[in-house]
Amino acid sequence: MDQAVWLTFLVGVLAATLRVATPLVWASIGEVYTERAGILNLGIEGTMFLGAFVGFAVAARASDAGFGGYLWLGLLAAMAAGVLMALLMGLLSVTLGVNQHVSGLGVTLLGIALSLFGFRLVFGESSVLPSVEPFGQFSIFGDLPIVGQVFKQYLLTYIAFLILVPVAWWVLYRSSFGLNVRAVGENPEAADAAGVDVYRTRYAALAIGGALMAVGGAFLSLAQLGAFSPGIIAGRGWVCIALVIFARWDPVRATLGALLFGAVFALQLRLQTLGFDLPFEAFLALPYLVTILALAIAGRNAPYPGAYLKPYRRE
Amino acid sequence: MSFSIASPAVEMRHITKRFGPVIANDSVDFTLERQEIHALLGENGAGKTTLMRILYGLYHADDGEIRIKGEPVTIHSPKDAIARGIGMVTQHFALAAPLSVTENVILGYTEGFRLGLPDARLRVAEAAQRFGILVDPEALVKDLSVGQRQRVEILKALYRNADVLILDEPTAVLTPQEVEQLFEGLRRLQAQGLSVVFISHKLHEVMDITDRVTVLRGGRVVGVVPTAHTTQSELARMMVGRPTYGVSKPDAARREDVLLRLENVCAEDNQGLPALKNVSLNVHAGEILGLAGVSGNGQRELAQVLEGVRSCTGGRVIANGHDITNAGPDKVMAAGVGRIPEDRHESVVAEMTVAQNMALEHLDEFVRNGMLDKRRIREHAEALIEAYQIKARPDDIIRTLSGGNMQKVILARVLERNPAVLVVAQPTRGLDVGATEYVRQKLLEQRQRGAAILLISEDLDEILELSDRIAVIYEGEIMGVVSPDVDIEHLGLLMSGVHQT
Ligand SMILES: Nc1ncnc2c1ncn2[C@@H]1O[C@H](COP(=O)(O)OP(=O)(O)OP(=O)(O)O)[C@@H](O)[C@H]1O
Ligand SMILES: [Mg+2]
Repeated sequence: MDQAVWLTFLVGVLAATLRVATPLVWASIGEVYTERAGILNLGIEGTMFLGAFVGFAVAARASDAGFGGYLWLGLLAAMAAGVLMALLMGLLSVTLGVNQHVSGLGVTLLGIALSLFGFRLVFGESSVLPSVEPFGQFSIFGDLPIVGQVFKQYLLTYIAFLILVPVAWWVLYRSSFGLNVRAVGENPEAADAAGVDVYRTRYAALAIGGALMAVGGAFLSLAQLGAFSPGIIAGRGWVCIALVIFARWDPVRATLGALLFGAVFALQLRLQTLGFDLPFEAFLALPYLVTILALAIAGRNAPYPGAYLKPYRRE
Repeated sequence: MSFSIASPAVEMRHITKRFGPVIANDSVDFTLERQEIHALLGENGAGKTTLMRILYGLYHADDGEIRIKGEPVTIHSPKDAIARGIGMVTQHFALAAPLSVTENVILGYTEGFRLGLPDARLRVAEAAQRFGILVDPEALVKDLSVGQRQRVEILKALYRNADVLILDEPTAVLTPQEVEQLFEGLRRLQAQGLSVVFISHKLHEVMDITDRVTVLRGGRVVGVVPTAHTTQSELARMMVGRPTYGVSKPDAARREDVLLRLENVCAEDNQGLPALKNVSLNVHAGEILGLAGVSGNGQRELAQVLEGVRSCTGGRVIANGHDITNAGPDKVMAAGVGRIPEDRHESVVAEMTVAQNMALEHLDEFVRNGMLDKRRIREHAEALIEAYQIKARPDDIIRTLSGGNMQKVILARVLERNPAVLVVAQPTRGLDVGATEYVRQKLLEQRQRGAAILLISEDLDEILELSDRIAVIYEGEIMGVVSPDVDIEHLGLLMSGVHQT
């Protein structure tokens, strides 16, 4: 490979890394908040799915109606849908104390079913896939060579890395709400005795988490694709579940995990085009294998939140 | 305005609380005057904790009313109670272990969205200073000893500017010096207007610090007396409903053979710092060797090494002729070591039944055709419950047992196997007079039978009462081994690290 080709390759991989990591960052930070409050939200896959669908459907209809801010309206609607899914999860796991694996999987099934059903309802069975003009990419480094190309990204990517991650970290570790979240996830009895409303805190953490997961999903439909398809989430929610454990429930480490996954994913995309003599499924499986490997290595002795999976009942 | 006597800090009237068939509080009246330190006494299961949890909003009474400073109130949650100036240190730790001391103290009591940790740390340190509580605000709770955690609990309540403070067995885990410090602090705060409900099984503490005593038995009030007009034995009689005697130690039963031998044992604590430094001890058959020391000097680590749940970094442990150095709990048990760990809640599975917990350590003996033999497990439990006079049914969830009965379950599980060596840590912590007597009696029976017993206790009275010899530990080192008729001052010096001359 001569140098120019090599450089293009590298720039492509780096840019794709950030792009692939973006939805994972949104959703895994959402999951971090939920799990820190003691709730494993396996509804994440379905919540991302519904976020992708609702975001797209609302954006498409608003765009048809000639509303200029259709993408933002879609994003808001996605977040609202995410919050609703989280409240359902809360009703099941917090209020009713249903097993979290069961309720989470139920929420995921519901989210996916609602999306597919809703898609038919809204768009019928047209032969052309409906689409909207998605969010555009721009570079904060303008036309500079290399960095300008690497950082040609979506606004939601910038927000994820530059605003969401530090804010999520700060709120979790430096705000009273974050302290409440960590306390109810660790020892709800203690939090209760200290005057913290355990249920409200858990619902709030779930709601924030649900909104962030939905943004993760909507990023795919409103930014990356400008369309919605049944394969849109493709297990990204499950990847986030693994990332959160890998990250030991820390937003910054979750981001690093998302970047690692993004990098492997981007790499395998490029490698496919280089014409190695391997079935493309092998490449596709690569990022997931790396995730499992990373989880196996970093997830050993993971300090699970003390009240993980445990519903709280005052006697 | 007409002058009126200030109404009591707290009045509880006709409080009734049922848990299924159990009546934990049966029409209880309780009055806490302002600036009063009021003891709540009663045997395990008498209903003390239940009554105070109702006041703090953790339970809801089925019947009855509460007035605070004369005003009728309904307390739905601890938040309401805190807002009315009530603070509670619960009997079992209510702390989030991975969080720092500061975070635990300010939890639920923050202003605004920003925590402002540096400022909070200063405020917590300042409060700790003011109340005479020694604790590092930056330490993580999980790294603290049981005694230190208790201090954080007390600090947490005081930090909330409570003017009514409920202390549910706060001294159970404190050293005599710490208890004295706490009492000094309480007296100072009392002078400033604090009212205190003080729950303890230690009658001398009740005599020392309280103004009045309310005694509960079986969920009912059996008497309210001014402390100045009563005696320890009268209180004990009111609690139990019969006079108590204390245990008497039979003559020495010590034999020559050494059943537990520690040779230069070294171990590290959770932070990787040396916790045990070349500890060598011999415990003979038929002997109780007491290990005295101020909390946090390596007792916990030593117990864990002997229980097989902490590895040594050096030295050897020989029990009953078997080398059990760094062997797991199963090997330790197989070698004939019976273990009664410090935290009884950690040595049972809280959500399982009494019968299951009793079978747990030897499940292989309760298997038939590869399946658990439920009937055997049940019969086994029934026999032990009978033999050890445990007030519980085989199917009760063990979490709901009183401290005394839970300890009896553990004791029964261990002693039925006639262990050659017994490692016992804080066996009577939190137990009432009757249960304490019972446990001590059982330990002495084991001694007569010929077991080698290592008794680790922070209760000096207990050590002096039961031991044949006393080893003193300080910062992980054995300072000396003395006889139980030693001059108490000399013992105190050893415990504070002054070498034997
Ligand atoms: N959450 C609960 N569920 C069922 N029964 C309970 C519960 N809490 C307490 N009890 C029962 O109520 C009775 C009173 O218990 P309580 O804890 O108030 O006693 P206590 O006086 O504080 O005893 P101790 O000295 O052991 O702390 C006991 O019989 C106990 O088993
Ligand atoms: Mg109690």
